[in-house]
Amino acid sequence: MADARRMVIVGAGQAGGRAAEALRDLGWAGQVLLIGAEPLAPYHRPPLSKSVLSGERTVADGALFAPSFFTEKEIELRLATTVAEIRRREREILLGDGTRLGYHSLLLATGAEPKRLGLPGAEAARVCYLRTAGDALALSAGLGPGRHVLVVGGGFIGAEAAASAVARGSRVTLVEPADRLMARGVPRLIAERMAARHRAAGVDLRLATGIASLSAEGGITRVELSDGTHLAVDLVLAGIGVAPRTALAAAAGLRIDNGIATDRRLRTEDPNIYAAGDACAFPHDLFGIRLRLESWKNAEHQGRLAAQNMLGHREACLAVPWFWSDQYELTIQVTGLPDLRAESIERHLGEDALLIFHLARDGRIVGASGIGPSDAIGRDIRLAQMMIERRLHPDPGALADPSVRLRAMLTTKAA
Amino acid sequence: MTAAADPGKNALSQSLHWIAVCAAEDIEVEDVRRFDHAGATYALYRTPTGYYASAGYCTHEQAHLADGLVLGEIIECPRHQGRFHIPSGKAGSAPVCLDLKTYPVRLDRGMVYIGLDAG
Repeated sequence: MADARRMVIVGAGQAGGRAAEALRDLGWAGQVLLIGAEPLAPYHRPPLSKSVLSGERTVADGALFAPSFFTEKEIELRLATTVAEIRRREREILLGDGTRLGYHSLLLATGAEPKRLGLPGAEAARVCYLRTAGDALALSAGLGPGRHVLVVGGGFIGAEAAASAVARGSRVTLVEPADRLMARGVPRLIAERMAARHRAAGVDLRLATGIASLSAEGGITRVELSDGTHLAVDLVLAGIGVAPRTALAAAAGLRIDNGIATDRRLRTEDPNIYAAGDACAFPHDLFGIRLRLESWKNAEHQGRLAAQNMLGHREACLAVPWFWSDQYELTIQVTGLPDLRAESIERHLGEDALLIFHLARDGRIVGASGIGPSDAIGRDIRLAQMMIERRLHPDPGALADPSVRLRAMLTTKAA
Repeated sequence: MTAAADPGKNALSQSLHWIAVCAAEDIEVEDVRRFDHAGATYALYRTPTGYYASAGYCTHEQAHLADGLVLGEIIECPRHQGRFHIPSGKAGSAPVCLDLKTYPVRLDRGMVYIGLDAG
């Protein structure tokens, strides 16, 4: 290759994979090096808590690229490899084995690490987490008819895993310290509908409950809950959140602010270093605050965007956040930032599906959430996403009225 | 709505059954509707450039594309926002990667017909 300049991407997850792909799509003729700590080439994580656990799909089904992709595109892929240090002055990284690799630009797509259950006994009890394909396969092996699974944490991972475990015939107890499921992600009314669905599926759902103690006893785990209940379970899965992997950036003196801090174009204060995905905290023009988004859609978008900007394009990250969660036959979708709401407007689509629009104090739409079977809400959430992008001030009465078409509201002028 | 139409005089269409789907004006520009026939499901689209038809399910996870959003010549799947180019069926953004099967569409005297393989 004539161009010896090297783009280095640390993190071979989704954001890193998309960045490598985009560098080639956009015509970068220099070297591309994609380094990942996991032994697998980039793959989609959402199926790990859903179709992989339920047995419908394999991990390989979720690969981002065909195996030949990397050689075809001349992308050097180094898996099961850790980066020990970034040397900014020398513009090089140091691998765990001491190898030094120079970079023209560097992308940190290091992702996020599951938080560990800090209870004594958790390690001995072999508490499982669910982040990687390896985690999913280990967990999947422990599911099945007659197995009693304790899920600690009622966020998206815990709730999805519970639904998948039920599909596998397992008995599930789910404990969550907050008084509802998915407290960080969805409005109470949607959380309550999903909780009802879990209970109808036979999940022993215990809200406002935590773990008092854990201990391993042969092949089982004894658990004491905060409400005094004693359980003996076959498997414990903890889904209690993730923390962005910022250590490499922090050690290199880069600013950390709920993630690796970048500007609106995903560039850190070092002009040759960018960040993207779960580890990246960036200012969002639409909302005027710094965000870190833990979603598939964000990794897709930011991986590509970072690559564009590494090549000099200067594009801000303006995409309206969006994510989904599949549990049983229901889907939850959320777009925008519901937390910024001053007012919520409900739109009922028959018995089964519900949308909630979130308006700021000045009436501007800042978020929307929905729950429904299959694909009942996707289109309307997408339309709400477009309203948010256009900074619209939609009429609350129209939002609430299912006979008023949301699409027609897109042409309302922004105030 | 599902009565079989005249096979038509066009020699190219002799191996196809043309099935009436709906009146042309029943579907607005940038809209999509579901059409089921003989145990299979299809999506019929009207875009700024005309009428098109495809297999009804997204190639990713079997969502009904008729529940999705049409923007210009693009259909977005309601489940994960995967995109297809309607006239060609070509898969656009992730998570879709397999192209969508498309079917020919004819307009005749204000009715829209989909061309399905005979037999």
